[in-house]
Amino acid sequence: MTFPGRYSGTAVKRVEDDRLLRGGGRYTDDIDLPGQLGAALVRSVYANARIVSIDTSAAKKALGVRLVLTGHDLGKLNDPLPLLGPNPALIAPRTQRPLATERVHYVGEAVALVVADNRYLAEDAAALVDVQYEPLTPVVDLDQAGTTEARVHDDVEGNLAGIVEDRIGDPAAAFSSASHVERLHLSLERSTASPIEGRAVLAAWDPVRRHLQVWDSTQAPVAIKHGLCKMLDLSQEQVDVVAPDVGGGFGTKIMLFYPEELLVPYAALKLGRPVKWTEDRWEHFVSANQERGQVHDAEVAFDDDGHILAVRTSFVHDTGAYIPYGIAVPANTLTHVLGQYRITNYEARGRILYTNKTPVSPYRGAGRPHAVFVMERLICEVARKLGLEPHEVRRRNLIQADEFPYETGLHIDAPVRYDSGDYVKGLEEAVKLLDPEAFRREQAGAREVGRYLGMGMGTYVEATGPAPYESCRGKITEAGHAVFDLAIASQGQGHETSMAQIAADVLDIPLDQVVIRGGDSSRVEDGIGTFGSRSLLLGGNAVAAAALDLRRQLTDYAAQLFECDPSDIGLSAGWFQVAGSPGKRVSLSALASLANAFGYPGQRTRDDDPALLGQLQARADAHRSTPPIFESRGYFGAGQQLYGSGVHAATVEVDPATGYVKILKYVVVHDCGRMINPAIVEGQILGGLVQGIGGALLEKLEYDESGQPRSTSFMDFRLPTIDDLPEVAIAHVETPSPLNPLGVKGTGEAGIVPVSALLAEAIEDALAPFGVSVDRMPLLPHDVAALIRAAKTAKGTAASA
Amino acid sequence: MSGQRLSIACTVNGTPHASEVEARLLLSDYLRHELGLTGTHVGCEHGVCGACTVLLDGVSVRSCLVFAGQADGAEVTTVESLAEPDAPLNKLQSAFRDEHGLQCGFCTPGILMSLTALSNEESRPTSGQIDEVLGGHLCRCTGYRNIRRAAEKALR
Repeated sequence: MTFPGRYSGTAVKRVEDDRLLRGGGRYTDDIDLPGQLGAALVRSVYANARIVSIDTSAAKKALGVRLVLTGHDLGKLNDPLPLLGPNPALIAPRTQRPLATERVHYVGEAVALVVADNRYLAEDAAALVDVQYEPLTPVVDLDQAGTTEARVHDDVEGNLAGIVEDRIGDPAAAFSSASHVERLHLSLERSTASPIEGRAVLAAWDPVRRHLQVWDSTQAPVAIKHGLCKMLDLSQEQVDVVAPDVGGGFGTKIMLFYPEELLVPYAALKLGRPVKWTEDRWEHFVSANQERGQVHDAEVAFDDDGHILAVRTSFVHDTGAYIPYGIAVPANTLTHVLGQYRITNYEARGRILYTNKTPVSPYRGAGRPHAVFVMERLICEVARKLGLEPHEVRRRNLIQADEFPYETGLHIDAPVRYDSGDYVKGLEEAVKLLDPEAFRREQAGAREVGRYLGMGMGTYVEATGPAPYESCRGKITEAGHAVFDLAIASQGQGHETSMAQIAADVLDIPLDQVVIRGGDSSRVEDGIGTFGSRSLLLGGNAVAAAALDLRRQLTDYAAQLFECDPSDIGLSAGWFQVAGSPGKRVSLSALASLANAFGYPGQRTRDDDPALLGQLQARADAHRSTPPIFESRGYFGAGQQLYGSGVHAATVEVDPATGYVKILKYVVVHDCGRMINPAIVEGQILGGLVQGIGGALLEKLEYDESGQPRSTSFMDFRLPTIDDLPEVAIAHVETPSPLNPLGVKGTGEAGIVPVSALLAEAIEDALAPFGVSVDRMPLLPHDVAALIRAAKTAKGTAASA
Repeated sequence: MSGQRLSIACTVNGTPHASEVEARLLLSDYLRHELGLTGTHVGCEHGVCGACTVLLDGVSVRSCLVFAGQADGAEVTTVESLAEPDAPLNKLQSAFRDEHGLQCGFCTPGILMSLTALSNEESRPTSGQIDEVLGGHLCRCTGYRNIRRAAEKALR
């Protein structure tokens, strides 16, 4: 396939939009089955407590109740749920049981399941389940989680789940000989992805066919199917899982397994009737996985010119009550701190700590925003110490374009090697778009009239495409459509369009002859899921491979019918053409019809020559004993993660009275290799960055001292609205990855990664006249106002001393 | 706890319906699970996200904050009314497609209904009016810019 193709590289309008705009999307809760029952969960109201007793007698007698389950009813099925990615770095891995029996470890942990005639009745009855608790001291603050006497799990000393660490070069020597060393204590608070559709599971057991059909608002339906087979002891043929339309995921919908994803199918099996559970927003805030929380003690060694000689960080990572994803998030942090900078001495050590909070698994960015926050805060320290512009310090430390592939020397499970990039070009472009010199003049003028403007920048790399491969099944239908089935599901990323662009270009057929279907385990049995910015990279290349194989098969068949060599067949815009014989051509539609051994009436053609088709039909009939199948399998693995990169920069104005931060201008320079659909890429970037603005300036998960979450509605956890959207300029650098045929890299998470870092810098810069340091994010307006007050008080104290 | 039942009669997208419903049944659940009009989505069930917005006698309301009983005698309009199944998308829907104004599409029906109410009230709304309406909706995917572009394109 050449790039750009007829479709690839173009902002093709999305195939999926028509149905979604008509209200014809089909999300899990949209599906109602005859005889369906509704489920509700009883959840812990304590962060840390012993369960004294669970009395379900009143609930069982309530109107319409069909089933009440506690963990005691589940036997072996209530064993701890799977641990993803077992790793020697894990010292004491603990995963959740479907229903807590002896102890609850966070507010929201499932304790009992109630199934009734509908959701209303199930919720009524759930309120009647009487759970007696003996509250224990909770582990709430991450800062103290490693030193407190309180335990999340009684047998886990120091609440220490594991330690991730790696080192390159000789940081100790570099620090001891450096002329400058700066240290920072930095924290990034816990947050949550908040897709607008919550989680939902619907399951139906067919007792005659002995088949379990599950609909799940998940990012990984095929993986859920395989897990269900194992846990419920059913064969592969007996279980299918579909992720229909999914209303946003951002990582939170790939958990493998949430308790409900096992309990609801189990209840359907037990009752022989369909059971549906739809999460409400409170439940989402307490029981859907969260992320972010880390505290770093970071230091940087540098020379008089601002060259960074070494970086070191010792951090704690909040994994919540369990560690279902192993080291994934803190390992990402460790491997992304160095980012675009050539730093040869580095050491990071992250202690993963349990807290009595909702479990942590990747949320868009997955450990990377923390890494960028740490590195860019250190860059600012270097700049401040030397009196340089931060972007100048960045420029002096960038990896150069001729250094790729670039070996960082880091090794967590696999070597960290950047495949391609042009970071210098990216930075120059961002500087050009932001124009820092003009801004400094504006800032100085504004300060004279009591206005506080600031500028910040964040650079990053993003490893994309984790987990080794994706697969795809391709086929040509009798109607001449190319259909590709993928295990991965879309949560809004537009797979039906971007993957079709790839296939249409490889096959050289019109886009409307391609159909992409994802997320149905009955159509494709192997594959992983949508996460880690991997779908277009791994799934797209799998589609390309499957399409290329189909193209070869079709060409061979056309050659057979034309009785020529396959190399004499050319393919263009859906026509197979014999070279040098203008009249000898057949459309894909006609070729597919000819291939069909059953020869249904009403053969499909385009502008095919009827006489020629007659001849070809006779030849096709002569080969009926060995008809072509036109099916293919595509697999793709890149052998390593591929590195996207980018630079975000912004100017802000801070109102010192209210602490409100207004973003004046925001620029993005972004490199995800080749862009198959630039509109979709920009949509991902913009969506990510606005989500990042929320995470930096608006959203906060608050807890009281007993570990009770206080932000459990959209009124307490303030998602960005259109009022929070700044003016954004987006520019692209395209360094195709050499490690896949399409030259693409992932891009789903990139937009969110540097946002907190650059806004921290911009706020600190704006408030420099007050002497404010920003060492934590998010900062809501009252936090900013408090920083100003504290700085004023400190100054006042200093002045009076 | 299942309580009083009410008889209601309402018109939904021009079709009359008579139903007996529980007094506590939400209009969103009535539309979705009793009438099968699942284009109206439920995102938060506390009136903030706006995904469930429908028109009640022409006024945009959050159907998760309205009981089905309150729709008795009223005319309800949902996203399914904007284009007949085999007809092309209407101008507003087309603009969302043209401008890539949706990703997962979950919040979209509510936004379309709020903008429909606005365009019924104002033949050519100002950008400020459009932003005010859009300010009442949460979208977690798009970052809003293309939603604004689509709304501006269709309504102005």
